[in-house]
Amino acid sequence: MTENRTTGTARVKRGLAEMLRGGVIMDVVDADQAKIAEDAGAVAVMALERVPSDIRRDGGVARMSDPALIEAIKAAVSIPVMAKCRIGHFAEAQVLQSLGVDYVDESEVLTPADREHHVDKWAFTVPFVCGATSLGEALRRISEGACMIRSKGEAGTGDVVEAVYHLRTILGDIRKLTVADEPGLFVAAKEHRAPYDLIKEVAERGELPVPMFCAGGIATPADASLVMQLGAQAVFVGSGIFKASDPASRAKAIVEATTHYADAAIVAKVSRGLGEAMRGDDARTVAVKLAERGW
Amino acid sequence: MKLGVLALQGAFREHAEVFGGLGADVVEVRRPEHLDALDALVLPGGESTTMSKLLVTSGLLEPLQRRLSDGLAVLGTCAGLILLASGVGGARPDQRWYSAIDVTVDRNAYGRQLDSFEADLDITALAPGGPFPGVFIRAPVITSVGPQVTVLVTHEGLAVAVRQGRAVGLTFHPELSGDQRIHQWFLREVVQDDLSRRTA
Repeated sequence: MTENRTTGTARVKRGLAEMLRGGVIMDVVDADQAKIAEDAGAVAVMALERVPSDIRRDGGVARMSDPALIEAIKAAVSIPVMAKCRIGHFAEAQVLQSLGVDYVDESEVLTPADREHHVDKWAFTVPFVCGATSLGEALRRISEGACMIRSKGEAGTGDVVEAVYHLRTILGDIRKLTVADEPGLFVAAKEHRAPYDLIKEVAERGELPVPMFCAGGIATPADASLVMQLGAQAVFVGSGIFKASDPASRAKAIVEATTHYADAAIVAKVSRGLGEAMRGDDARTVAVKLAERGW
Repeated sequence: MKLGVLALQGAFREHAEVFGGLGADVVEVRRPEHLDALDALVLPGGESTTMSKLLVTSGLLEPLQRRLSDGLAVLGTCAGLILLASGVGGARPDQRWYSAIDVTVDRNAYGRQLDSFEADLDITALAPGGPFPGVFIRAPVITSVGPQVTVLVTHEGLAVAVRQGRAVGLTFHPELSGDQRIHQWFLREVVQDDLSRRTA
């Protein structure tokens, strides 16, 4: 049956990211939360043991989730299931691939396993998403085989300021490349510490060669509208949903605000009566800056 | 020629780019008023559960049903085909579909993302020029085909492109393939043919 099928191609890996555009990917820690996310209209769930704000609170080493937890979440929903491995921890990534997750997030939210290397993502059939704070970091991850980039923000804070900063930084640097002359592109490759061919491709297309989503601090429908208007193509919401007083209503509202991001009347309508948002922390005051992890 | 692309979620941008490049006046459809005066509509790939919910919350569910019942030319790819089908296996209880094409489909029937694949397709029924690069992403499988339905393309013995009247459904993603022949065929054989008949 499978003689005329080629799996794991870049087109197929990036293709799933294209299908998630305009959607909301929600962090969930068990099957019940996964069902709430799917009921609310999430396009995918991220299976993990603790949401980022709890990882911050608890400290210690944060690792890949228990496979039993990931399997329970996979069994509970029909939408794609993602899971996180530590930066550079290719053995965790291999485990996640063997579990059949739909996307692996090589994530700074977990404690890095390698201070120099990221996972060689070309070696996998499963597609990868990676975080980035700058254009250079995004292109290094793409050169390693990432098929989706998410701007990092500062996970677990509920403070959108870093998400905005990273999005504006990446998109601003892309805009500069589109007006650079040929010698300028060589300089840009050097300054961004990124492969020249990818710099050239971004200069020609005016965007990354893979979809760019936004993460790290989104807590309200208006936050989702903000980052979508700035140029994100979809949003990841972590602690922002299940640390709020009414997760189901908030999840649904963020889904609608992401679709109708440019329509303030709809964002206003869905923002009514959602109860308390996650309390959050000013991103300047947190002791550990997760966004600084990644090289 | 005004062509709408349902833009609630998913790979709507790619369809808009291809059809825009082929000369269509492309409109993104997010609210009922965006359906006004459309000559054709595309239901793109994405998550069918999410799109189904957003059709309800955006107020599009009923107006879109009316346009489809009136015989609007429509192209559904992957999740878009699921919306057009007459029966959906593996659907959530609250999932909606339009029964515009008398086929039943099973969601994600090839497996998970690891089983997503590319395969060359024989599209000689639609266009010359050799095999078409089929991109199947967590694709549905068409499990039964009603008597009114024409099967346009098959792969491994399964129907992967079907047509009933002016509704066309594909289980794969021509918008990701870099090959425009199926988009061209849809404009020429389904949309323009209908327009010229209406003006004649």
